[in-house]
Amino acid sequence: MSEITPELVRHLAGLARIEVTDAEVAQFASQLAVIVDSVATVKAAVGSEIQATSHPIPMSNVFREDVVRPSLTQKQALSGAADSDSGRFKVSAILDED
Amino acid sequence: MSLISRPASELAAMLQSKEISSVELTSQQLANIDKLNPKINSYLTVTHEIALAQAKQVDELRAKGEKLSALAGIPIAVKDNLTTIAIETTAGSKILKGWIPPYNATVVEKILANRMPILGKTNMDEFAMGSSTENSAYGPSLNPWDLSRTPGGSGGGSSSAVSSMQAPIAIGSDTGGSIRFPAAVTGTVGVKPTYGAVSRYGLIALGSSLDQIGPVARNVMDAAMLQDAIAGHDDMDATSLPESLGSMTEAAKNDSVKGLKIGIIKELTGEGFQAGVSERFQEALDLLVAAGAEVVEVSCPSFQYAIAAYYLIQPAEASSNLARFDSVRFGLRVMPEGPATVEKVMAATREAGFGPEVKRRIILGTYALSSGYYDAYYGSAQKVRTLIQVDLAKAFEKADVLVSPTAPTTAFKLGEKQEDPLAMYLNDIATIPANLAGIPGMSLPVGLAKEDNLPVGIQFLAPAREDATLYKVGAVLEKLLENKWTKSMMDFAPELKVN
Repeated sequence: MSEITPELVRHLAGLARIEVTDAEVAQFASQLAVIVDSVATVKAAVGSEIQATSHPIPMSNVFREDVVRPSLTQKQALSGAADSDSGRFKVSAILDED
Repeated sequence: MSLISRPASELAAMLQSKEISSVELTSQQLANIDKLNPKINSYLTVTHEIALAQAKQVDELRAKGEKLSALAGIPIAVKDNLTTIAIETTAGSKILKGWIPPYNATVVEKILANRMPILGKTNMDEFAMGSSTENSAYGPSLNPWDLSRTPGGSGGGSSSAVSSMQAPIAIGSDTGGSIRFPAAVTGTVGVKPTYGAVSRYGLIALGSSLDQIGPVARNVMDAAMLQDAIAGHDDMDATSLPESLGSMTEAAKNDSVKGLKIGIIKELTGEGFQAGVSERFQEALDLLVAAGAEVVEVSCPSFQYAIAAYYLIQPAEASSNLARFDSVRFGLRVMPEGPATVEKVMAATREAGFGPEVKRRIILGTYALSSGYYDAYYGSAQKVRTLIQVDLAKAFEKADVLVSPTAPTTAFKLGEKQEDPLAMYLNDIATIPANLAGIPGMSLPVGLAKEDNLPVGIQFLAPAREDATLYKVGAVLEKLLENKWTKSMMDFAPELKVN
């Protein structure tokens, strides 16, 4: 049986910075319980001696020449921002007041 | 045959001989989009002015005798998860509604360099998460073969556009089958190239170890020409292969399968596959055998864990990739009730901007990566990936190319699987192993299933970097089928009634 509870869904959504509603928590908990039970079969499939593959075609030390080339202007970089001020991204307070 | 029903390769020849102009072709193409798109919803954005300006330009260059690429003047549709300067790019999500990227994806740059007019941006499941386009924030696309059914996903916008003559060719992206499954259910050709064959710079990332951009077309040669136009090394993508994989266009001119060893994947046939799908699949194999190919059976026992591994790895990577939608640098910003901090704004924005499937996968991915579960879930899934690569390596010792049906069924009804995410995931059984292993795969139409008269696709898989093999066998099978039918796959399509 899956360990996915409504409390866990709420906690994970918090970690992922999604402010879920109660209705979503209930729905996701039941759906994710079924999905997690299903994907948990991978645990039975593998022994400790098997190497993990993170990348299908291994490559390492991929570098390119360190040369100056055109890049976004400040205006372009800010063009999609919800708010900006004096050439910078503008956000709400970083810390709570209390 | 109307101009816009012709394959891109034929149109390219007509453009080169100046029998037609790109403006003429592009105008007719846009007129058909204006007629069909309000119903089928293939495009999220149609770029009339841009397409016509590009068409005019290529015609002028041709008139001047300038040397142009093979596909110059052929209009194209681009999936909405590729960034395009001055054209809205949403990836099917509300969180990016109205976003105008300040840079082009490398593939878009290549399309422009090839002087192909861009018709618009095609619909998709939000951030490519889905197999039906029903997860698009802008409504599903419809399947031109039966408007009550899905054109597949996530690239159902591109597949429905190409199969309803709203574009001769299109760009797709394939993380677990998002090019190949839509191709199978719309009677079109879709190819997922080898991982790294086509640059992903400017592709809005889903699962970075799985994603690959590829062609969507109405025949093998068109797909080959498009892959040649978009492939190649790009130092803006650290996973880009340094070497060229050769000319797919040349491979698609192949006319023989004599001595080719075709491996039927035991685990991807028979039980669980619709009878009409299995029947067409077998018929295609019989044609190849009659033409001199040799069929062997191969076994990939670890494929039984492929879906489970995929639905851990992909959500894990997605949960990380989608952290960039933070309400700061681009996209939506929603202010929460009460005192706002940057963190509360981010949580309120992501709640309002993401659809249910995206939230589910981010939460699942966060779980799979969380301390205490990481080794059991993400770690095990990565080991399954190794097992799948080992199975495939063994299979390719016995066969040059592996085959299965592309999908267990023909196109399902819209709404049929929407309430059951797991049922939707199981649909990807045959396509996912290629992404986990990084190998190339092609879906090719092999006719209609008897019970529902809907398209069936066969999938070919080749070893990494051997994309040309897919085009070689695909071209031969396509010709064998067309000879048998005395027409092309698209000639089976019912007349579209959109009013």
